Amino acid sequence: MNLQAVKAIYRAEMARMFRTVVQSIIAPVLSTSLYFVIFGSAIGSRIAEIDGVSYGAFIVPGLIMMSIMTESISNSSFAIYFPRFTGTFYEVLSAPVSYIEVMLGFVGAAATKSIIIGSIIFITANFFVSIELAHPFVALLFLVLISFAFCLFGFILGVWADGWEKLTIVPVLVIMPLTFLGGTFYSISMLPAIWQKISLLNPLVYLISGFRWSFYENADVSIALSLAITVGFLLICLLLVRWIFKTGYRIRT
Amino acid sequence: MSAILSIQDLTKTYAGGFTALKKINLEIQRGEIFALLGPNGAGKTTLINIICGIVNPTSGAAFVNGHNIVSEFRASRAIVGLVPQELPVDAFASVLKTVNYSRGLFGKSANPDYIEKLLRSLSLWDKKDARIIELSGGMKRRVLIAKALSHEPELLFLDEPTAGVDVELRQDMWNVVSSLKKDGVTVILTTHYIEEAEEMADRVGVINGGEIILVQEKARLMQELGRKQMTLNLIENLSEIPPGLEEYELELANHGAELVYTYSTNENRTGITALLGALQKAGVHFSDLTTSQSSLEEIFVDLVKRPA
Ligand SMILES: Nc1ncnc2c1ncn2[C@@H]1O[C@H](COP(=O)(O)OP(=O)(O)O)[C@@H](O)[C@H]1O
Ligand SMILES: [Mg+2]
Repeated sequence: MNLQAVKAIYRAEMARMFRTVVQSIIAPVLSTSLYFVIFGSAIGSRIAEIDGVSYGAFIVPGLIMMSIMTESISNSSFAIYFPRFTGTFYEVLSAPVSYIEVMLGFVGAAATKSIIIGSIIFITANFFVSIELAHPFVALLFLVLISFAFCLFGFILGVWADGWEKLTIVPVLVIMPLTFLGGTFYSISMLPAIWQKISLLNPLVYLISGFRWSFYENADVSIALSLAITVGFLLICLLLVRWIFKTGYRIRT
Repeated sequence: MSAILSIQDLTKTYAGGFTALKKINLEIQRGEIFALLGPNGAGKTTLINIICGIVNPTSGAAFVNGHNIVSEFRASRAIVGLVPQELPVDAFASVLKTVNYSRGLFGKSANPDYIEKLLRSLSLWDKKDARIIELSGGMKRRVLIAKALSHEPELLFLDEPTAGVDVELRQDMWNVVSSLKKDGVTVILTTHYIEEAEEMADRVGVINGGEIILVQEKARLMQELGRKQMTLNLIENLSEIPPGLEEYELELANHGAELVYTYSTNENRTGITALLGALQKAGVHFSDLTTSQSSLEEIFVDLVKRPA
C-alpha cells in the first residue's frame, strides 16, 4: 500500500479544513448549541423526563449524531465532488493508488473532522445540561463507526452527483427527515404503535438509539442490533466505494 | 534498448459509442523525445490519459517499463508524470504544498532539496508560498510542470505544452526538457504546432482520426518526405519546356517566368549539375536561383489530408 499517498491526501484535506475553520467547525457547533438553548433549556424545562433522563440531556446524543451525519456527508461529498468539478482529480486518478488509499485519505480526513465536531459539541453540551456517559468506549466506537460510514456515504454521493443540486438535495431531502424522524428529539416508545413499527424501517433509528444507550443505558432497540446495523451500513458503503474504483463508475471515462 | 512504453492494439470507444482510438500500436524507447502530432480531436489526449490511468482502455494493452498499465498500475503509474492539457490546480493551496502533495501521492518520501531545485529551475521558488489563485496562467502551467516532475518520473507526458504560452515560458520549458533528456527521462509531447516537434523531437508520430499513420525519426522524415525545390527566374519567359529537358520533369510557373525543378534530398545525386548543363545547351538563361525545403508542417498537412 502507498502510505505516502494516504498521508498526502489526509494532510491536504486537513489543511483545507483548517483554512475554512469557521465554515467547517464553528458553524456546525454553533447551530447545534442553538438546539441546546432552545430545546434543552427553554422548552426542555417544561417537558417531563424521558426514562429518567431530563429532556435537555436526552437530546444530546441525538443532536451529536445529527450533526455528525450531516457534516460527514456534506464534507466528504464536497471533498470528492469539488476536485472532480474543477478537474484536479486527474492527479489522484493518475497516481499509483487504489481505492484503499484514496478512501483512507479522503474519508479518513472527513471522519476526523466529524469526530472533532462531535467532541466539541459534546463538551459544549456540558455547559448547558448535566450529562452522564455510562459507556465512554462504546460511545467512541459508535462515533468513529458512524463518522466513517457517513463519510463513505458522502464519498459515494460526491462521485455519483453530476451537479451541485444533487450534492445538496440528498442531505436535505433524505438525511434530515430521517434524523428528525429517527428519535433525535424523542423516544420511539412515545409514538403510537403503528408509527413505532414504521420507525423501525428507518436505519438511523438504530444508530441514534445505540449511541444514546452508551450515554444513558436506555434504548429503543437492542444495542447489539444497533451495532450490527451500523457495521452493516459501513460495509455496504465500503463495497460500493470499492466497486466505484474497480469499474471507474463516474470517475474514469 | 528496451522500450519504456509499449502500446499494443489499444482501442478506446467512449460511452457515447465514439471510437477515439483504433488499434494503436506504438513503441517508445527509453530516453527519447517523441512528438505526437495530430489535428484537434485526433485522439492524442485520449491516448495519454489511458496510459496515465485517467481513462479506461476498451481493448488492447499498454506497458510502461514492462508493467501492464491496468493489472500492474502501481508499478506503471509510479514512474509516469503528466502535465495535462487543461490547467486544473487546487486554487487555494500554496505552490510548495501542492508540489509536495503530488510527490507524496506518487509514493515518494519528502525531498526538500530536490523540490527546491525543481522549483528554481521553473522560476517558481520566489513564489513557493503564494497561493495558486494569485498566479498568472503561465505560472500555473509552471506549477503543473513542477507537480508532474515532483516524483522524478522516468516517462513524462506533456499534453499540448505550449498552447497559449509566452515565449519566456516556452524557452524555460525546452530547457527543462533538454535537461530531462540528459538525465535519461523519456518525454512524449503532443502538439499541433509543428515547430515544436521540429525543434525538439527525436522521433515524430502522426495520429489522425484515432489511427497512427506514421512514426519516423524526425531527420529521416524530413529527408524522405522533404522535397526540395529549385526555382530559376528566367530572363526570357518560356511558353513551353524546351526539348531535351524531359527527364528533369520541370514545371513552368509564374506565366512562364520561372522554371521549377523538384528533387528529393535522399538521393545521392540531385541532378542539379546535369540540369544546369542541359539548360545551357538548350539556351535557357536565368537571372536568379532559389531553393526551398518543405517543412514538417507541409509534410504533416500532406499526410493528414491524404485519403485513408
Ligand atoms: N469523455 C469523452 N466522451 C466522448 N468523446 C470524447 C471524450 N473525450 C474525448 N472525446 C472525443 O474523442 C476524440 C479525441 O479527443 P482527444 O483525445 O481529446 O483529441 P486530441 O487530444 O487529439 O485533440 C474527439 O473527437 C473527442 O470529441
Ligand atoms: Mg488534446
